[in-house]
Amino acid sequence: MSKTIKLRKGLDIRLLGEAEKVKTSVDAPETVAIKPPDFHLLTPKMEVKAGDKVKAGSVLFHNKYNDKIKFVSPVSGEVADVVRGAKRRILEVVINADAEIQYEQATVPALENMSRDEVLKTLLDSGLWPFVRQRPIDIIADPDETPKAIFISAFNSAPLAPDMDFIVHGQDELFQKGIDVLSKLTDGKIHLNVKGNGAPDAAFMNAKGVQINNIYGKHPAGNVGIQIHHIDPLNKGEVIWFVNPQDLIIIGKYFSTGMFDASKIVALTGSEVSNPKYIKTIIGTNLSKLVEGNIDGDNVRYISGNVLTGEKVEPNGYLGYYDNQITVIPEGNQLKFVLTKGWMAPGFDKFSNSMLFPTWLTGSKKFRLDTNTNGEERGFVVTGEMEKVFPMDIYPMYLVKAIMVNDIDAMENLGIYEVAPEDLALCEYVCTSKVNIQSVVRDGLDVIYEECM
Amino acid sequence: MKFLERIVENMEPKFAKGAKLEKLHPVFESFTTLAFTPKEVTHKGSHIRDGVDLKRTMMTVIIAMIPCLLFGMVGAGHWHYVANPTTDVDVTSFWASMGPKIWYGLGVLLPLIIVSYGVGLTVEFIFAIIKGHSLHEGFLVSGLLIPLIMPADVPLWMVAIAVAFAVLIGKEVFGGTGMNVVNVALTARAFLFFAYPTSMSGNSVWFGGQPDGFSGPTALGELATFTSDDQASWAFQNISEFTSKYTMEASWMGYIPGSIGETSAVACLIGAAILLFTGVASWRVMVSFFAGGLAMSALFNVWGANEFMLLEPLHMIALGGFFFGGVFMITDPVTASQTNTGKFIYGFLGGFLSIMIRVFNPAYPEGVMMAILFMNVMAPLIDHYVVQANVKRRLKRLKTA
Repeated sequence: MSKTIKLRKGLDIRLLGEAEKVKTSVDAPETVAIKPPDFHLLTPKMEVKAGDKVKAGSVLFHNKYNDKIKFVSPVSGEVADVVRGAKRRILEVVINADAEIQYEQATVPALENMSRDEVLKTLLDSGLWPFVRQRPIDIIADPDETPKAIFISAFNSAPLAPDMDFIVHGQDELFQKGIDVLSKLTDGKIHLNVKGNGAPDAAFMNAKGVQINNIYGKHPAGNVGIQIHHIDPLNKGEVIWFVNPQDLIIIGKYFSTGMFDASKIVALTGSEVSNPKYIKTIIGTNLSKLVEGNIDGDNVRYISGNVLTGEKVEPNGYLGYYDNQITVIPEGNQLKFVLTKGWMAPGFDKFSNSMLFPTWLTGSKKFRLDTNTNGEERGFVVTGEMEKVFPMDIYPMYLVKAIMVNDIDAMENLGIYEVAPEDLALCEYVCTSKVNIQSVVRDGLDVIYEECM
Repeated sequence: MKFLERIVENMEPKFAKGAKLEKLHPVFESFTTLAFTPKEVTHKGSHIRDGVDLKRTMMTVIIAMIPCLLFGMVGAGHWHYVANPTTDVDVTSFWASMGPKIWYGLGVLLPLIIVSYGVGLTVEFIFAIIKGHSLHEGFLVSGLLIPLIMPADVPLWMVAIAVAFAVLIGKEVFGGTGMNVVNVALTARAFLFFAYPTSMSGNSVWFGGQPDGFSGPTALGELATFTSDDQASWAFQNISEFTSKYTMEASWMGYIPGSIGETSAVACLIGAAILLFTGVASWRVMVSFFAGGLAMSALFNVWGANEFMLLEPLHMIALGGFFFGGVFMITDPVTASQTNTGKFIYGFLGGFLSIMIRVFNPAYPEGVMMAILFMNVMAPLIDHYVVQANVKRRLKRLKTA
């Protein structure tokens, strides 16, 4: 039984630099890194040290508090460095990649004959498990729990986000294989949520063993948290797992071939990219070859992910584990004079959800936005603006305030189990008082994880 | 602009941490951010941010107040010359002899504005320096609202005390902009109203510089006499006599005496249009406030226990500060309800109570101030129940599942 969800609230930020629909390839990266901070709340325990030889699929580290959850190398080569930060926290595990990738070869029995425990063990041992994440808390799923449902969002609605239909096109079989794997893990439904307006790819529409739901609306309609809220809302004590379509294909490949093939397609986007396009590369790749000769200007910010939720990286940094997108936008570290570009300017260069700027006059014009906060942080004054871009039956400002004062009862009552930082990213964008809402929500989820899970 | 930028950059080190003027950094920052949006970039979370900020929001409210300000200036002059007739100034028409009227109005308003901003900003800057943050923009609006809700004859020293009281007790003790419970401007007015009632109400304060013996009540002041049982004390024989003195047109246009900025419904409506179009004020609050006022007046019409109650609803809301309160005061997002459902309840009750206080309590001929302050206090309670309903919905889902 498929559901149709129509969302009225939300905001599509019109940015310049959408990727052109061509799949290109670049030379294999010389270095690749897995960044433990990509896996929130993870404490890694290294299994390799600098100088060790690894193959694609070799374990690099595991979760210190649950050694079943392993993290593997996406390429073969030599471990170059384990980069540590403050308090000796491991930031990056860098691998010098071979030109030709050598794979750990496993033999995977036919899926039909495998029990849930066998599938689970295969996922854990092969290092595929980190692709399976959970709500609430938005972390890697706990393999000892059973989810009430599994969600796959077949589209990404974030600004300049890659077109999933384009990316998965032609990989129907692998995608189906991934779904078959997931179906072993839950007694509940697998929800595949496709974009209502538009023609979803055959890989999605022909998928079997799933409930296909049509989602209409602006961003954050593509966020799995919003979809869960409207299709099968989470209550306290319940768990839902979710997987990205591209990651599901990697799972499907492993169950077909026995190899951890971490190649994926990422979109290189943003107003500072000369030729925005799709690039075939690999998880954790070094960015330098991807962006080489394709960037205008020097004073730019590289983001692994989209502009709302991505992580700031160096030009020679590494792609985040779950990211399908690299965005390059101008830095905003200049003074802006009040009458020409500041708070009293006409403001045709600013994209605003409020009527205080003439954005509503600009039709479908696309904007080149920089990283300036466009104002200073203040106490909350304006009310109602967050609700306009937050399509859940939750009061965002009350929730954020409850988190700020660390009131766990209030957080639970106000629905913290249903949200992830990314769901409130637009609230952060529109906030007149420039409060960093996503990091507040993250802190709240961490408290809940510690106290209530 | 390069040269201004250079000045800012040259001065910056003097106010930097460890430098001589370190303590004054908030003041420096407040002034430079007026001229330049700072270099501050995002670090975590969303890498791009909406163009809107509190400065632009507050600026819009100030722009929306300008029609009331200009009208009030003419009005202050007009009523002065009504009380002090001279041969040069024609007071038979509101718009005649603009020169002297504006000139007098300016002489009333300008000192008020200077005192209001001067005292308020001084208090704000002291707190900014103590707390080490730059000036928050809230007072930019309050500082202009306060002169507009004062009678023309209010002594400046009283305004100074009221502003200091309102900023200190009304706002800063709670934590500053965004944290106050009651509207700052109305706190200032309420303070004066109770501390110096003879300077804030009655028959001798509305017509600027009015001579002894001249009785100049407001329309509402005259209406309030109807509530007395002693018919001899009524200002009019019946309500139709009242409406022929204060016609519907005069009431809407604002050709009636009252506080400086509140008299003209039309000027307030221009401001309302700006606030609603830009979304700075909540249409939910504003619309339901007027609905509440009209509903209460209509109820009174039906009841008709005294002549006051017989005043037409559309006439009733045009008098006094109902429009000014409904457009600029009750819509203050900090003190209003913060939930969309709550906003309807909050606004409606605000309007409802305004008219109720007007008619029932002759001690307060104008009920808007009291009603809004009361609803400010009640707003968190309204929100509490709205939010609890949401919480219950969520718990119910758990039970049915």
